[in-house]
Amino acid sequence: MTPGRAGGGRARAPGAATRRSLRASKEHRRRPVRSYWREYLAISPFYLVFVGFSLAPVIFTLYIAFQRWDGLGEMQFVGLDQFRFLVKDPTFWLSVWNTVVIWVLATFPMLFLALVLASAMNSRRRSVGFYRITFFVPNVTSIVAAAIFFFAIFSSQYGIVNATFHALGLPEVGWMTNPWTIRLVIAMLMTWQWTGYNALIYLAGLQAIPTELYEAARIDGANAVQIFFRITLPLLRPIILFTVIVSTVTGLQSFTEPQVLFGSNAATNPNSGGPGQAGLTMMLYFYQQAFTNNDYGYGAAIVWALCLLILAFVVINWRIVRGGDDD
Amino acid sequence: MTSTPVRARPAGGAPDRDRVPVERSTLGRRLRGVLPHVLLGTGVVVSLFPFYWMIVMATNTTEAIYRFPPKLTLGSQLGTNVRRVLDSIDFFGSMLNTLIVACSATFLVLLVDSLAAFTFAKYRFPGRNVLFTVLLGMYLLPTQLAILPQFVLMSHIGWAGSLKALLLPPLANAFGIFWMRQYIMRAVPDELIDAARIDGCGFLRQYWHVGLPTIRPGLAFLGIYVFVNAWNDYFWPLVVLVNPDHLTLQVALAQLNTAHSTDFSMVMAGAVMAVVPLALAFVLLARNFVADATRGAVRG
Repeated sequence: MTPGRAGGGRARAPGAATRRSLRASKEHRRRPVRSYWREYLAISPFYLVFVGFSLAPVIFTLYIAFQRWDGLGEMQFVGLDQFRFLVKDPTFWLSVWNTVVIWVLATFPMLFLALVLASAMNSRRRSVGFYRITFFVPNVTSIVAAAIFFFAIFSSQYGIVNATFHALGLPEVGWMTNPWTIRLVIAMLMTWQWTGYNALIYLAGLQAIPTELYEAARIDGANAVQIFFRITLPLLRPIILFTVIVSTVTGLQSFTEPQVLFGSNAATNPNSGGPGQAGLTMMLYFYQQAFTNNDYGYGAAIVWALCLLILAFVVINWRIVRGGDDD
Repeated sequence: MTSTPVRARPAGGAPDRDRVPVERSTLGRRLRGVLPHVLLGTGVVVSLFPFYWMIVMATNTTEAIYRFPPKLTLGSQLGTNVRRVLDSIDFFGSMLNTLIVACSATFLVLLVDSLAAFTFAKYRFPGRNVLFTVLLGMYLLPTQLAILPQFVLMSHIGWAGSLKALLLPPLANAFGIFWMRQYIMRAVPDELIDAARIDGCGFLRQYWHVGLPTIRPGLAFLGIYVFVNAWNDYFWPLVVLVNPDHLTLQVALAQLNTAHSTDFSMVMAGAVMAVVPLALAFVLLARNFVADATRGAVRG
């Protein structure tokens, strides 16, 4: 179910644990189910909340997607109408396009830079504690504050970015007015927040590669490039898969960045997501349809479409990163 | 692509460098030594520059920052900017709300997740694997899929607009149990539990007296994780806190930005006040946090 983690799975000290579990399983065949009430009671608080606030709502969202409902009045069953409207709605497809473009612009530079940073940290012999903490700080910074900051430095001709361009003799860029630069700024914001996090995951993976492999390769005369592509990259593959999947699931759900930057226009223009609607991601479109327009049925259809998109991307990425080997 | 990652080398393998004959020019070797420092230094600057620049903006007037050339050093306007933030939004009220929510959510998640994870990790009972697989499956579904019915439910029971509405959804976080179970399987030896059982400890006392004391570092990690997430959460509070007088910090900050988006110094003063306490606390307290956060991905 969680591929990145399963890949790293490793046999734990078998001795005591196995003996105990064998004995326990024999016991468990003899004991009646109700004698386990303590165990069920112990996990019940979690499952109560889980069923009430996670499982049931997810199913209910699917149900709403087949209704016309404003959240107050009577529901009206409309079959597949919401989805029929969805596939013909140009704004929906624009939001899919924006989401995917922003995800691509953010994820690939992010993971590449993370690998570079992790390799640099791994090459140091002394402790990397300072870097670990520093690179993690963007990840604990609130997206709202970070979005406000990015807007401030990219905005108008006087922001620090354009001031720097001006000082270097470059032409000023209307970052927040051009659709492509809007997507780029949102992607840069995500890159800033997540590169360090991914670098630290890669670092943990690099440190788990046994030293002997590198020594053997070097004695066999492999050069640094060969070592990287023949040893480091293949052994890092489960970790890369994990980061790709996490980035896919979080990246395709981008909401706060465009909402803080462009959501305020929603009052005047219900479909707005910034100039050219370039910042209208699927989550933002869902939010506007469900909570601004009170069109719950259509909102539910959008969020299920997003879920399917995420699923498709996870499967595709899994195939690509897994490459030829099927283990 | 090839120039940097090739330097990947296990941390412990240092002495071998001299034994293996490598033909390299002195310049090449010096470059190899310097490049990681340059890269890491750049990473540090990019990670921390926004904080410096936020503070510079918050301590100057908007006019001083948005002219050419801009002022690049700290100014003296912090007091004025902060006062204007406090006049526009109920900053301390919303910070108090956020603190209440984050602390309660952390406490509840730690209690519920550690108890369930302890049971999953150390006891066998019929249906255990099925229940755990369901949990893992939900972990992969986007949480946003549940938001619409959650909101409907909260409106129905009259919790919309109240801080109570923010407490329960984080509890349904499958990551906490998943991570905690992995941690407990490694951290708590079965012998310890067996010994306690032989000494006559019941289930609850095995959890309380043997489990909890042993997994304190794990609780610290999960606690920080939940606290930071609750502090920074935006989507759910934005949806459910329908009463404009009763907001969390992030929602109030976004409102400040909406109302005064061109008054950059003042908005930035608000952002600094919202971000710096948590960032500082994180840097001071979270020595082991980062190692724990990334370990979950590698082992598991």
